Amino acid sequence: MGAIAQFFQAIPLDLIIIQTVNGIVTGMILALIASGLTLIFGIMDVVNFAHGELFMFGAYIGVLVITATGSFWLALIGAALIVAILGAALQIVTLRPLIGRDPLNTILVTFGISLVLQNYALWQFGPVSRKIPEPIESHFTLFYLQYPWYRILIALLSAAIIGGFWLFLKYSKFGVWIRATAQDRVMAQAMGIPVPLVYTGVFAIGSAMAAASGVLFAPTTGVDHSMGLDWVLKAFIVVVVGGMGNLGGSIAAAIFISLLESYAAIWLDPSQAVIVSFVALILTLLFRPTGLFVSTPR
Amino acid sequence: MTTAPLDKPGSLKALPLGKARLSHTAVFWLGFCAVIALLIVAPLVLTEFWRRFLTEVLIWGLLAMSSDLLIGYTGIVSFGHSAFFGLGMYGAAGALLTVHPPNLWLAILSGLAGAAGAALFVAYFSTRLRDIYFAITTLIFSQIFYVIIFTWTAVTGGENGLIFTRPHLWIPFIYDARFTTTTMHWFVLAVVTASYLILRRVTQSPFGMVLQSIRENEPRTRAIGYAVERYKMMSVMLSGLFAGLAGVLYAVQNEFAAPNFVFFLTSGETVIYNVMGGIGTLVGPIVGAGFFQLARELLSRFFGDQFPYLIPLGITFIAIIIFLPQGLLGFARRWLNR
Repeated sequence: MGAIAQFFQAIPLDLIIIQTVNGIVTGMILALIASGLTLIFGIMDVVNFAHGELFMFGAYIGVLVITATGSFWLALIGAALIVAILGAALQIVTLRPLIGRDPLNTILVTFGISLVLQNYALWQFGPVSRKIPEPIESHFTLFYLQYPWYRILIALLSAAIIGGFWLFLKYSKFGVWIRATAQDRVMAQAMGIPVPLVYTGVFAIGSAMAAASGVLFAPTTGVDHSMGLDWVLKAFIVVVVGGMGNLGGSIAAAIFISLLESYAAIWLDPSQAVIVSFVALILTLLFRPTGLFVSTPR
Repeated sequence: MTTAPLDKPGSLKALPLGKARLSHTAVFWLGFCAVIALLIVAPLVLTEFWRRFLTEVLIWGLLAMSSDLLIGYTGIVSFGHSAFFGLGMYGAAGALLTVHPPNLWLAILSGLAGAAGAALFVAYFSTRLRDIYFAITTLIFSQIFYVIIFTWTAVTGGENGLIFTRPHLWIPFIYDARFTTTTMHWFVLAVVTASYLILRRVTQSPFGMVLQSIRENEPRTRAIGYAVERYKMMSVMLSGLFAGLAGVLYAVQNEFAAPNFVFFLTSGETVIYNVMGGIGTLVGPIVGAGFFQLARELLSRFFGDQFPYLIPLGITFIAIIIFLPQGLLGFARRWLNR
């Protein structure tokens, strides 16, 4: 009994609460990235390797707009719009010719895109990471920490974007088109839904979501050309753990994985805490290969 | 693996064409010998720089060839070959650093053991999944190895990697001397040629035929009664072994092991070599590696070291997938596999 009591006393409660808040905040950003990824996969059967680079590009465009205008909100909207256009253009040029071919081709093409975008960013902006100020400077006290309100705002904004997107899917005409195409592409086409346009639109929306999360995330650490890979890897883990193509599952898995990593970071070096999410992935693959948050394994 | 072997798909058609088939064999092996002869003579003609360059192309080619067994023959894309390559590298480094005097064959054995361990791990977990999921999980697994190697500084040297001296080229009772760039080239050439012959034999064996039938139609292969998962595991492990061998060669050639080579970019470049050269041909990936490395070298000579060579090469890569999905050697695919 003594040993158990000692164990519970050894758990630093304040740290756990801080890490819970941290985990939920990163989880919401991750959910925003992963929902774009899973949307593109669910509807187009495309595994978008370039998603992390679209995230990174969004962050860079955010940096540029902020240095030009000084407005964070303008940067958020501007980055989302510009990257949406970029995504649409990429989809038309590279992915449209591949419709009907083996889905593996799309992984290869998007991998090529990610290489080009990443090296373009390195070439254009240099290896030094850029920093942008937080739009809200105020803090609140969380135990001994001055916790920035901005982080809370990130979580709320991400949730709002995802929620807005869900409403869009549910009630708008284009959303109905998207859901119809996801269910049965051939039938949707036969009913007169412009499927190629839906594909382009979906890719643009997914890109915009990645860009928005890039801008939201940028003030917390900084922007550099290699930030995309970390996030796309996490997003892949989330998407596999949550069940590929399953929006709700991805969001749940994003928060789950981020919480796991935050708790692990109490005892481990942050760079090693990543291994915990790898382990979560392996366990998922072993016991629930269709995803943890899928109600009926298919 | 007690199931009956599949018939070779060409056997029926080949019967009445006995004469044409013989000439195909003759032409193939004549061409093979000509290429090998050229590669044997090459280091005697080339300058020091291009000699090393050619050796490296062969090593990257071996790595790409090993991954072709998965992409081209089994129909699953591995984005994690850097793990096998890197474990081969660090395995060789371990043997070279602990045993005195450093022994070449011990380094190869230990590198292969390292790669086999990684391959077993990756194969066990990721072959449960089909195509896209397989690609993603191999990528994530290779990152696990990267994180471990990068952070476990005490053993792997962390970010700085490991530096060691090159072993002698030692063939028991026959030969024992320091490697020169020329003998290094011949040694690498011998290993790569042997690997090609083994892999070619494997892809033409009943086992290889089952792999190709998995590529063509996995559910049907399973329905016929083959244990698809077990065949996939075998092919991942075999592929991992040859990738590890490439890692050993690279370590011996460059006298260091660095975590950069375990990073995802190496896997990505391996896939690029395959797609550029032509998947499902075994030699295509070597050609692809040569094309890629040569283009990189020429671009950075022409535009300077800072030139982002991956931008034009990435665009070429995308264009090849869209317009030339069979790759540079795709036109010869059937001929090379006969």
